[in-house]
Amino acid sequence: MTSSTMNNSPRLDSKVPAGPLQQKWENYLNTAKLVNPNNKRKHTILVVGTGLAGASAAATLAELGYNVRSFCIQDSARRAHSIAAQGGINAAKNYPGDGDSVWRLFYDTIKGGDYRSREANVHRLAEISNNIIDQCVAQGVPFAREYGGLLSNRSFGGAQVSRTFYARGQTGQQLLLGAYQAMERMVGAGRVKQYDRREMLDLVVVDGRARGIIVRNLATGELERHVGDAVLLCTGGYGNVYYLSTNAKNSNVTAAWRCHKRGAFFANPCFTQIHPTCIPVSGDYQSKLTLMSESLRNDGRVWVPKTAGDKRSPEQIPEEERDYYLERKYPSFGNLVPRDVASRNAKEMADHGKGVGETGMAVYLDFAESINRLGEKVISERYGNLFEMYEKITGDNPYKVPMRIYPAVHYTMGGLWVDYDLMSTVPGLFVLGEANFSDHGANRLGASALMQGLSDGYFVISHTLGNYIANTSLPKLEESNAAFADAENDSRERLATLLGIKGEKTPVHFHRELGKIMWDYVGMARNRDGLNHAIGAIGRLREEFWNNLRVPGSNDTMNKNLEFAGRIADFMELGELMARDALEREESCGGHFREEYQTEDGEALRNDDEFAFVAAWEHTGRVGEEVKHREELVFENVKLTQRSYK
Amino acid sequence: MADKLMTINLKVWRQDGPDRPGRLAPYTVEGVNPHMSFLEMFDLLNERLILGGEEPIEFDSDCREGICGSCSMVINGIPHGPHRGTAVCQLHMRHYKDGDTLTVEPWRANAFPLIKDLVVDRGAFDRIIAAGGFVSVNTGSAPDANSLPVEKAKSDAAFDFAACIGCGACVAACPNASASLFTGAKIAHLSLYPQGEPERRRRVIAMVNQMEAEGFGDCSNHGECEAVCPKQISISAIAIMRREYVKAVVASND
Repeated sequence: MTSSTMNNSPRLDSKVPAGPLQQKWENYLNTAKLVNPNNKRKHTILVVGTGLAGASAAATLAELGYNVRSFCIQDSARRAHSIAAQGGINAAKNYPGDGDSVWRLFYDTIKGGDYRSREANVHRLAEISNNIIDQCVAQGVPFAREYGGLLSNRSFGGAQVSRTFYARGQTGQQLLLGAYQAMERMVGAGRVKQYDRREMLDLVVVDGRARGIIVRNLATGELERHVGDAVLLCTGGYGNVYYLSTNAKNSNVTAAWRCHKRGAFFANPCFTQIHPTCIPVSGDYQSKLTLMSESLRNDGRVWVPKTAGDKRSPEQIPEEERDYYLERKYPSFGNLVPRDVASRNAKEMADHGKGVGETGMAVYLDFAESINRLGEKVISERYGNLFEMYEKITGDNPYKVPMRIYPAVHYTMGGLWVDYDLMSTVPGLFVLGEANFSDHGANRLGASALMQGLSDGYFVISHTLGNYIANTSLPKLEESNAAFADAENDSRERLATLLGIKGEKTPVHFHRELGKIMWDYVGMARNRDGLNHAIGAIGRLREEFWNNLRVPGSNDTMNKNLEFAGRIADFMELGELMARDALEREESCGGHFREEYQTEDGEALRNDDEFAFVAAWEHTGRVGEEVKHREELVFENVKLTQRSYK
Repeated sequence: MADKLMTINLKVWRQDGPDRPGRLAPYTVEGVNPHMSFLEMFDLLNERLILGGEEPIEFDSDCREGICGSCSMVINGIPHGPHRGTAVCQLHMRHYKDGDTLTVEPWRANAFPLIKDLVVDRGAFDRIIAAGGFVSVNTGSAPDANSLPVEKAKSDAAFDFAACIGCGACVAACPNASASLFTGAKIAHLSLYPQGEPERRRRVIAMVNQMEAEGFGDCSNHGECEAVCPKQISISAIAIMRREYVKAVVASND
């Protein structure tokens, strides 16, 4: 451990309620302070981001009577990146009668996260999961149904029950539109004011509390000050630090990073998820990667040729010369092992020269057997839109030839540290959904992101925010307050600096370079030398950025390259912290695989004695000098075991 | 990549701001890989413009997999380009030939004011949804999800309408700049679901009124909207909207 580490830091009070695990949330609800209905409208809540977490929070808080302002960088709240989630949402309904329960969902999520998340938060998530499905169905979300008219379920990685609700391959879209419509209803009622094309550039902290934000109007370039009694950050993950990822082009870390610089600790930044089933990279012009839902692994079989360097086309490779390596190595979970395991195995095959396709950086996902067994119609009903999407991008028809897939960056488990109330280390700043670190440990299971976003937004924040407001004296503030003027000035100067460098290289150039460093050294497999190299290389890139960046145009108009430049500057600082976090976590767990720490058969080797903690980094004024605080993870209800999916 | 690189000639709408004059500006993009998406070709062009000291072309795009509804380009007169069921972000250059000349313009409609270059303001769509495109159910008040069975065929049909991505191509394609397919799709989705039943009359009247207030034109059955819709939403949505509207108006006269 470095000298700058605070063990069981007093700054990280998780505020987990007393009592047995199953009763903690109920106890919380029974004792949380309430805000009088007539007083709620006197409180303005700033909700940044309109994905599942942000839209559901804005809708719910407005329904309760709060005065809500909602901000998004897109031209409409409906376009937040949750819209692209494909496969489904988990819940412990046990409609199929296959033995599911709240406990099992809790246990699978803790285990899937490789025992690096907080028991109480995960149990609450599992408890709430069923309410989410009820809420969404009542909104008219068109989930898949059986002929009897009841809801249909399918299975997903890391679970042996079918607990995933889905809406074809567009579950995220339908859930987000449900939340968006609920929010628009409140816009119509005048209780939510919607601010589109606004990017949060700073958090305003007054007397130690989050009291406002500075945003840039992306259509006009104007900076705006917004005052509130609390700020809810629902701005998603930071996967785009890798440049190529399945995230939307505009997904970024800037809002979260600005909060980090204003005092919010950043937790477990090295915990990133590489999704096993994405369309492989085809060339250096590529701007993003496309996910193929994990649900495909229900009916698709993953294989490579048994012989390295076998370049025959797939139909020419006879059955006995194929290696269905997931089924071979993990007979009980087979193709449905968790994402981190599936991704690492694909990389291993490619590293051994068994990768397929032009680049050798791909494996097959084959539906021939399922099509024979179930017929093309059934497969089309289940995955039709995914097959179409694949064909559009690659020009290949997956009904006829196996898909080629390869892992790609998809989700980030790390994020701003929050306590049980979802409040960060800055009082009044709450962090919801992917932007926080709380529920997925070192690896997220499929169909759990949508669950967490909606749990936080619909069912958790309404209670924990109320408790904060009721317990806190919040003097009235004006936009003219000096803290707002200072923060706005900082943002303006930063924009001017970016525009003023007038160097020779474009923002995208730097983003691409950063992405290469991150993918090569802070990607699927990491080691000490590589991480040290990454820290140096990112530092050099950052220096070049601030000396040789060229941002065209001006600040007083729409200028997307100016937006990109600001985000890349923040990604570079985050990338360095990710490498440091990965370097100091001397174990392998979930998505964090350190080559030095593996079992004999190449599985992740945890070190629970030394690393069963959350690493939360405090900004101290300079990048590279963050102080690490530790929240020790206490497991009172589950026994820590080496994960096995064999 | 062994594929032959192409040269594509573009005429792109440039306009500095809402009240500024616009023009079609010519660009030649060399070295276009046929596996690139249409937007990746624009990325390439923009990189070159920046390095050449020119201002890049502003255009909206985000997910680049055809689901967020951000991208919005009219290519040779067709919103989202020539392929059915495809948003422009999913259109690949392999469908074009070396030397092709393409004209690229923004969505054009009074209800979608232009912001810059190819970027328009589609806020009118949000306001149509805010007028009634929802089920009024507060968080926490829902019954068990399986308490109300929904016929599978109806549920599937509702999904087909709910798949709308709100991109606005239907408006851009319509000679009247009508938003009937967008509005009708939401009305059709919710009218097919039992959960949407209690508000169906109020909903259709409020949404249709808002659509008119935003300055969208009337539908006169050209069918261009259905032809360009990247999610292939059926024009029967408009028939459902009309039926619902008539029923609602008649009922309110009772």
